[in-house]
Amino acid sequence: MTIALALEQLLNGLQLGVMLFLMAAGLTLIFGVMGLINLAHGSLYMVGAFACATVAAWTGSFWIGLVASLVAAAAAGAIVELVVIRRLYDRDHLDQVLATFALILMFSEGTRWLFGSFPLYLDIPPLLQGAVGLPGGTEYPVYRLAIIAAGALVAFGLYMLISRTRLGMRIRAGESDREMIGALGVDIRTLYTVVFALGAALAGFAGAMVGAIQSVQVGMGEPVLILAFVVIVIGGIGSIKGALLGALLVGVTDTMGRFLLPKLMLLFVPPAQAGMIGGAIASMLIYIVMAVILAVKPRGLFPPAHA
Amino acid sequence: MKKMLAAASLALSLSASGLAFAEPLKIGMITTLSGGGAGLGIDTRDGFMLAIKNAGNKDITVVTEDDAQKPELAVQIADKMIQSDKVDILTGIVWSNLLMAVAPSAVAQGKFYVSTNAAPAALAGANCNKLYFNAAYQNDNLHEAMGEYANKGYKKMFILAPNYPAGKDSLTGFKRYYKGQLAAEVYTQVGQTDYAAEIAQMRASGADGIFVFLPGGMGIAFMKQFAQSGVKIPVMGPGFSFSQDVLPAIGDAALGAKASGQWAPDFDNAASKKFLADFQKEYNRLPSIYAVQAYDAAQLILAAASKASVKDAAAFGTELKKADIQSPRGKFKFNTNQHPIQDIYLTEVVKNNGVLTNKTVEKIFADHGDAYAKDCKL
Amino acid sequence: MLTRENLVNLILALGLLAVPLAANALGQPFYITLATRVAILALAATGLNLALGVGGLVSFGHAAFFGIGGYVAGIVAAHNFSGDPLLFGFSGTNQMWIIWIVAVALAGLVGLAIGVISLRTSGVYFIMITLAFAQMVYYFAVSWPAYGGEDGLSILVRNQFPGVMTMVPLNYFLICYIILLLGIALFAILRASRFGAALQAARQNEVRVATVGIQPYRIRLTGFVLSAMITGLAGALFADLNRFVSPSMLSWHMSGELIVLIILGGTGRLFGPLAGAALYVAFEYALGGVTERWQFFLGLILLLVVLFARGGLLGVLAGKARHG
Repeated sequence: MTIALALEQLLNGLQLGVMLFLMAAGLTLIFGVMGLINLAHGSLYMVGAFACATVAAWTGSFWIGLVASLVAAAAAGAIVELVVIRRLYDRDHLDQVLATFALILMFSEGTRWLFGSFPLYLDIPPLLQGAVGLPGGTEYPVYRLAIIAAGALVAFGLYMLISRTRLGMRIRAGESDREMIGALGVDIRTLYTVVFALGAALAGFAGAMVGAIQSVQVGMGEPVLILAFVVIVIGGIGSIKGALLGALLVGVTDTMGRFLLPKLMLLFVPPAQAGMIGGAIASMLIYIVMAVILAVKPRGLFPPAHA
Repeated sequence: MKKMLAAASLALSLSASGLAFAEPLKIGMITTLSGGGAGLGIDTRDGFMLAIKNAGNKDITVVTEDDAQKPELAVQIADKMIQSDKVDILTGIVWSNLLMAVAPSAVAQGKFYVSTNAAPAALAGANCNKLYFNAAYQNDNLHEAMGEYANKGYKKMFILAPNYPAGKDSLTGFKRYYKGQLAAEVYTQVGQTDYAAEIAQMRASGADGIFVFLPGGMGIAFMKQFAQSGVKIPVMGPGFSFSQDVLPAIGDAALGAKASGQWAPDFDNAASKKFLADFQKEYNRLPSIYAVQAYDAAQLILAAASKASVKDAAAFGTELKKADIQSPRGKFKFNTNQHPIQDIYLTEVVKNNGVLTNKTVEKIFADHGDAYAKDCKL
Repeated sequence: MLTRENLVNLILALGLLAVPLAANALGQPFYITLATRVAILALAATGLNLALGVGGLVSFGHAAFFGIGGYVAGIVAAHNFSGDPLLFGFSGTNQMWIIWIVAVALAGLVGLAIGVISLRTSGVYFIMITLAFAQMVYYFAVSWPAYGGEDGLSILVRNQFPGVMTMVPLNYFLICYIILLLGIALFAILRASRFGAALQAARQNEVRVATVGIQPYRIRLTGFVLSAMITGLAGALFADLNRFVSPSMLSWHMSGELIVLIILGGTGRLFGPLAGAALYVAFEYALGGVTERWQFFLGLILLLVVLFARGGLLGVLAGKARHG
C-alpha cells in the first residue's frame, strides 16, 4: 500500500463525508429548530436528483439542472411543510416517524408514477470532467474535488447565515426558546417553513451533485438517509458543528473500513474469504462506531446546550 | 392485476387464430413492478405478454402480480395464486432470493415453475426438480463466458461483485474458466452507490483488466464514477451490467465496455428480427435481455401446451423439455437439469443512431451448459 | 365487564377466527394464509407494543428481533434437514416448540445486549440507536454466507408440532392464533402488574419513579427484553408460515411496518396490534389487487391516520383509551 493510495482513499472519505454533511445539516437544523424528526429527508434528496436530471435533459445544461434541483427541493419541502409537517410539531416523535415514513412511500411511488421505473441519465458537466494529478503520481476525479469544495462552501455559508444574518439570529433563538421568539413578534410559522425549505434545498442539492456520479432512481435517498441519521446522532442532534464532524468521521471510517478491513483479514484467512468477511465487517463498521459513541456519550459528541 | 387480466383477454379475443389447447392453461406471473428494481420486472412482463399476445389463444390466461422485490410478499402471492387462482404454472421472478423463497415450495405442491431469469446454483444441481425449468441461463454462465474471454490477452484481472450469493457465484463462475492471475477479488456492499474506494484500489492494483458484476443501479453508479477516475483499464462484465435497462442511464461512459450475453439486438436471425420489431411496435422501446428470456419462457410454455395437457405433469414436462421454439437467441435446448444449453457471445456497447446498444463481437462458448448438471439426477 | 372496548376486542378476536373457518368451508385456503399472517404480525406488534405503547420506548429496530426469531427457525430446521451439527453436538430439530424456546431465548439475549446500551439514551437518540443496531444485524445477515446471505434460507418442509399436521393451513393458523391470544393475555397481565405500572410511570415521570426507589433503567430494560422475546417468537412463526427467512425480515422497513401496525390499531391498546395488523394486511391485499401504485395509497392512508385519527382504529371504534 502506497502513500498515494492512502491519500486518495482519504480524499474519498472526505468527499463522502461532505456529501453526508449536506444531508445531515438539513436534518439537524430542522430538528434543532422545530424538534422534528424527518424520515422523508431522503425523498427530498431524490426530488433534487430527478429535477436536475430532467431539467438537464431538457436544456442540455447541468448547471440549470442544479438550480432547478434547489428550487424543486425547496418547493417540495415548503409544500410538505405547509400541508403536513406543521401539524406534527406538537406531536411526539412516534407520530413524526410514522407520518414521514408514510411520506416516503408516497414520494417514492409518486416519483415512479411521474418518471417511470427506469433510472434517469445525468452526466457531469464538461467543465468538471476527467481527472487531475495528485502529489504522489496518482490521479483524482475533478468532480469529486468539486463536491468537496461545494460542501466546504455550503458549510461556510451556513455558518455565516446562522451567525451573521437576521434569519440566523431567529434560527438560533428558535433553537434555544421556541415560545420566546413567538412572543417577540417573529412570525414563527413562516420561519419554520423557511427553515424546512432550506433543509430541503440542501438535500436536493446533495441529490443533484451525487446523482451525476451515481444512479438517479427511485429509492436512492434511503441508504443516504440512514447514514445521515447516523451522522447527526453521532454529532449530537441539533448541532451543525456536530453534523460536520460526524459526517467527516462517518465518511472516512466507512471508506477506510472498506479499503483496509479486507487487507487486514488477509492476515488470518485465504483471499476469497478475506474479501467476504472484511466486506461484511466493513458494512457494519459505522453502526458499531455509532453504538460505541452513544454508549459513552448518550447525547452524541456535541449535544446542544439546551433541552 | 385485474387490468392485466383484461388486457390479456382482450388481446386474445382480438386474434382469430391460435391452436386450441388440450386443456385451458392458467399462468401466474409474479414479478417486480414497483420499487427500485421495477424496470427488470416490467421488461419481463412485457416480453412474456408479447409472446402470449402473438399466439392469440383463448385457452390461456395470465394473472400478474407485483412482488415489490420482497421475498415474503412473493411467497404470499404464490400461495394465493396456487390456492385461490388455481394456476398451473408460475413464472416471472427476477431475483434469485425471491425465487428461492417461491420455487421449491411451488414444485413441492406439484406446480410447474418456469424461470425467466433467476437461476441459483442450488436449483441446478442435486436439488434439480422435474417441474422446475429455467428459460434464461444458469446464474454462472455469463460470468464463466467472461472468464473464458479474459484468457485472451488479460494476464492480471481485478474482479469485483456485491457481497451476496449471486455475487459469490459470479466470481466463482469467472474463476472457473479464467486461467490468469488475480490482482484482487473484492466484495462490495449490496446496494452500494459509491465506488471511489474500490476504484482507487483498481488504479493501484496493476491489473490489466477489470471484471465487475454490479446489476441495476450499482452498475450505473460504478460506470459513471469509473469514467471520471482517469483509470484506463478495460472494463468487462456479464450482460446484465450493460443491459438495455441501464445503458441510457450510464450514458457514454459505457461505450466500449465488453460483456457476455445470449442475445443482443443485432442478432441476424428471423426470430430475433421479428421479436425486436414486435417489441418496439408494442412498447416503443428497445427490449432488454430480460424481455427476451421471458418471451422465450412464454414460447416454451405455449409450445408444450399445444401438445400436452398441463394436468398430465409427466407428459407436459416431456414436451416442455423438447423446447420446440424459434428463440431470438438462435439455438436453444434444455440440458439434463432443465437449464439451457446455448451459445454465449461477446458483446460491446456501441452507439447506433444516437442510441446506446450492444453489438455482437464474437462467439465465446458454443452449446454451453452449466457446471451443476452432472449432479442432477433427472 | 363488557365495556365498549371489550366488545370490540371480542369481535376482533372472533372475527380473526371466523375468517379462516369460513375460508376453509368455502375452499379458499388463501384467506387462511392471510389470516395467519395477520395473527403473526399482530403478535410481533404486541411485543413492540409493550416497549412502545406501555413503556414509551420508540424502538425503530424491532425487525432485528423479528428476524432473529425467523433465522432461528430457518437455521435449526436447515441443520435438522442436512444433519450437520449446529452447536455442542445439537444437530437441529424440526419440533416447533423447541424452536420457539430457542427463538425467544436468543431474541431476549440480543434484546438485552441492545437494551443495555440503547436505554442509556432517550428520545430521538433511542429511536436512532435501535435503528443502528438493527442495521448492524441486517448487514451481518446479508453478508454472512453460511445461511444464504441476501438470498435467504428456505425451510423445505414446515416444522412439526406434536399431534398436528402443520402443513394444513387451518391447523397452522390455529397454532398461531392460540399463541397470539396467549401473547395478548401475557401483555394484559404484564400491563396490569406492578411491573407494568412502574413501566408506565417511568414513561410519564422518571423522577417520581426514581424517588420511590425504583430504578427506571432496570424497569425499562426488563420491558425491552420481554418485548424483544415476544417479537422474536412471532419471527419464528413467520418463517414457518412462509417456509422462508431472509434479511428483509431484518430491514428497517420491517421495523417501520411494526410501528405502523401499532399506530393504525391504537397505541398501547390491548388489541391495537391485532386491529392494526388486520387493517394493514387488508389494505395491502385490497390495494394490491386494484393498482400497482398501492404503496402510494398506503402511504396516503397512513398519513391521514396519523394526522386525523390519532387513536387508530380502536380509538375510532372503542373511544379513548382508559389507561396507558
